[in-house]
Parts: sequence; C-alpha cells; structure tokens
Amino acid sequence: MESIGLIMLIYIFVLAIFVGFELITKVPPTLHTPLMSGSNAISGITIVGAILSAGLQEFTISTILGLIAMIFATINVVGGFLVTDRMLKMFKKK
Amino acid sequence: MNILIEISYLVASVLFIFGIKKLSSPKTARQGNFLAALGMFIAIVVTLFDQHVLTYEWIITGFIVGGVIGALMAYKTPMTGMPQMVGLLNGFGGGASLLVALSEYYKMKNFPNWSFNDATNITIVLSLIIGAVTFTGSLIAFGKLQGIVTGKVVKYPGQHPLNVLLFLGLIAAGVFFVIDPTMEMLVILIAVVALILGVLLVLPIGGADMPVAISLLNSYSGLAASATGFVLQNNQLIIAGALVGASGIILTIIMCKGMNRSLLNVVMGGWESAGSTGPATTTAASPKGQVKSIDSEELAMIFDAAESIIIVPGYGMAVAQAQHAVRDLVNLLESKGKKVRFAIHPVAGRMPGHMNVLLAEAQISYDKMLSMEEINDDFPNTDISLIIGANDVVNPAARNDKNSPIYGMPILNVDYSKTVVINKRSMNAGYAGIDNELFFYPNALMYFGDAKDAVAKLTQELKNL
Repeated sequence: MESIGLIMLIYIFVLAIFVGFELITKVPPTLHTPLMSGSNAISGITIVGAILSAGLQEFTISTILGLIAMIFATINVVGGFLVTDRMLKMFKKK
Repeated sequence: MNILIEISYLVASVLFIFGIKKLSSPKTARQGNFLAALGMFIAIVVTLFDQHVLTYEWIITGFIVGGVIGALMAYKTPMTGMPQMVGLLNGFGGGASLLVALSEYYKMKNFPNWSFNDATNITIVLSLIIGAVTFTGSLIAFGKLQGIVTGKVVKYPGQHPLNVLLFLGLIAAGVFFVIDPTMEMLVILIAVVALILGVLLVLPIGGADMPVAISLLNSYSGLAASATGFVLQNNQLIIAGALVGASGIILTIIMCKGMNRSLLNVVMGGWESAGSTGPATTTAASPKGQVKSIDSEELAMIFDAAESIIIVPGYGMAVAQAQHAVRDLVNLLESKGKKVRFAIHPVAGRMPGHMNVLLAEAQISYDKMLSMEEINDDFPNTDISLIIGANDVVNPAARNDKNSPIYGMPILNVDYSKTVVINKRSMNAGYAGIDNELFFYPNALMYFGDAKDAVAKLTQELKNL
C-alpha cells in the first residue's frame, strides 16, 4: 500500500466518524438498544473480508480462517438485523 | 467489473447512512433497519463477483452455518436476554475481524504475488489487536450478563500494572512485526496477548456498569471492521466500521454521564466500595429510622385516589420479568382515568435502552416512556412515583451527600412527588453498595415482594375495590 493510499483511507475514516456522530446524536434514548443491535449488524460488514478469504482457489490456512470468519460474520449480520427488526416491530404508539 | 463493485459499495454505504438516519424516530426505524440490511445484501452480492473469489463452497458453507445460528439466536432469545445477545454479536464481529486479518497475513506470506509493506503491516497489527480484544471482551461481557461469569467487580493485586505490561508488550511485538513481517510467531503472540487482554479488561467491570462496557465493545466492533478495511484497502468496511464506532462512542459517553463517572473510572473496575463491605459503605452517613411498609390492599386505595402516576423501572423489573404485569396495571389505571407515564434513567438496566425494549415488548406505547430530562421537572406535580426494581438511580444521596460515592450522579427526582412507593424484594443496598436514604423519607412507602407478584397483586386489589 502506498502511503498516499493510506492517507486517502484515513480521510474516509475520519469523515465517516463525523457523519456517524451527526446521525447517532439524533437517535432518541428509547431506541438505543435497537441502535446497538442494528449498528452491530452493520459492523458485520467484515463479511466482505471473510468472503475474499474463504473464496481463495488454493485451500490453505487462509481459507480455513476465512471460513470461520465467514461463520462469525454471518451470525453477526443475520442475527443482528433480524433481532433488530424483531425489537423495532414492538415499538408502537397507541 | 471493479468499477461496478466500487460503485455498489458506495450505494451500500449510502444505504447504511440512510438506515441509521431513519432510526431517529420509532415510526421510521424499522424501515431504516431494512435499508441497512439491503445495503449489506448488496455489499455481499457484489463481493462474490470480486476477481479474487474463485471458489464458492466455503463461502456457502459459512453462510449457511452462520445464517442458521444467527437466525436461531435472533428469534429464540427472550427480550430480557437482549443485553447478552448484543454482547455476543459484538464478539462475533470482533472475532471475524481478527480472523480476516490473520487470513490476510497468511495470504501475503504464502502467495508470491502479495507483498508486505509498512502500511499494511501496521493495519494488520491494529486489526488483530482490536478484533481480539473485542472478541474475548464481548464473550466475558456475555458471560457476566448470562450469569456464567461473576457479575461482581473483580479486583486482584497487580491488576493495572499487568494490563499496562500486556499493552506495552503488544506495542513492542507490533513494532518488531512491522520491522520483520516474516516472523509468524509475532502474529500468533500478538493475537494471543490481545485475546488475554480482552478478558482482563472486561472481567473487573461490575454488572451495573455493563451499559458502559457493552457500548464500548459496540464501538470496538465497529473500529475492528474499520481496521480490517484498512488491511483490505476497502472503503466500504472503513465507512461502515466508522459509523458503528461513532455510535458506540456516543452511547458510551451518554452512559458515563448518566453515572457521573469517567470512562477510566468505569474501566478500572467499579465504585470504590462496590461489592465489598469496605469502610466507604459504613462511613457514609447511614440513614436511620423506621421504614414504612405497606400491603397491597392499602396500596390499592392510595393508587385509587391518585391522579398522576410515574413508574420508574430498573433492572429488578427485568430480572422478575414483570413488564407484562406492569402493562396490566397501567391499563387498569388508565381505564380509571389516571395519567400514567414511565421515567427511564439512562443507565437503568444492563444496556442503553434496555427498559424501553422490555416495555415495548409488553405493548406499552413508546410515547409514555420519557427520558430523565423530559420528566424530571414533573415529579413535584405527581401523586405517586412507583419504583420497580431501581435503587441507585433514585437515591437522593447523589444530590445531598458529598461523602456518598454516587454524589453528583444525575437522579430521577422521585422524592419530590407526593408519595413514593418502592417495590423491592428486601432492604438490600443497590449496586453501589450504599444505603438509600429515600426509603426513610416521610413520603416513602416500602412495598416488599417480587416485582411480578407484587404488581399483579396490586392490580388485583385495585380491581376488587
């Protein structure tokens, strides 16, 4: 990785942190638990990295690690979004 | 093809942002979660077309196994178990980041067309450390919330020096790795030490401090994803991880403010007096006098005469699974024309928003759940404050007693209401290990019993009137 490339990635990271701060401060305390489980599901984006590792042609230690990562990340994504939906379904106004 | 993948990642990132934005209101929140899930779906599908992905059997295996486990967890976990569930999910996210970083390292080591350079090596070290700490830290948090690991504050001699030592060791190993990335042992060493550090960092944290720990681990899980993004040079991972990292940090700050404590104080392991019968518990001006206890029949008459009621739920309500009994009481009181609302302290329960989810499960309308800022000025105009399984968050010592360990913590001003009814199983002190002078106030009534039974009995007596 060239250092200029690294700088660009850091740019993106810092700006995304600011977007995150702006968005999250507007979430009311009532929804803090679904916010946690929902954002948790989003952090399961590591699944993209897991796919790239598990999909190698040669079967090596990288593939094994990728497979376990794939399982972990999928639990995170599927479990996270489903449980968030299950919770949000309950929030009703009479 | 690469351009298409990059554009799809951009679309997915935008969907994540819109998804979180829609979480700002309960009306649009479900749609927001759907948008975020759609973003994830797009990101996954386009990655399958990446030129480096050549075989699919392991991807499909992983997806089926993980998907079934995830779906089972999501549908089988009771609402009272949500803090554990979130804790565990954080852990899986962190674990995935750790494994991807390891996998990436072996790719570079085993394939001649991948090469090492300083920037990549640094990001691998970071990804390993954050991922590993998140993984074991979350597992310990899960264990504590599930009751497998002690929920008490754990202290042992040399605790802080040991943590500092391990941390310095990690940095040293990281530096050596960047200098000579062919040393496989260093990678293993970094991963193992970081796994141990994750255990040691969360173990000392007491049960009632879990809202802070869970929020912090939530933030770590995001940062772990970002770190992996740096390793893979993938913008999508960096953006999504940063959003989650920011979310966790904000919640952590809110939780710390709710307890008037610094993050360092929480991470170091609880109140000075917590979990012990140390001197701080006894030297604090111990309230004296008699408490007034009341039975359900008399209490029903007081409730019958009241017009406005505020209910303050705490962790005790979750433990007793009393939320449905509380809903029945609220419905009955409302049918009698009384105004009933809920006052929810930021750190009530074991995670941010824990009480709200339980009340929502019991079909209580969300506009009745008010935050501390929204409702604290209304207590003087309230006939009854009913406290169910909360203690420290209503202790007036936080306002009055400079010697109290919780002095300065924002509390719900229940003592300003005409009558305060406290439902508790016994006179035991709360998490902070200090007596609650509120119980001895002239306007306070103790209503002893398990929250679920006690509330159901009160509802029954009210019906009989």
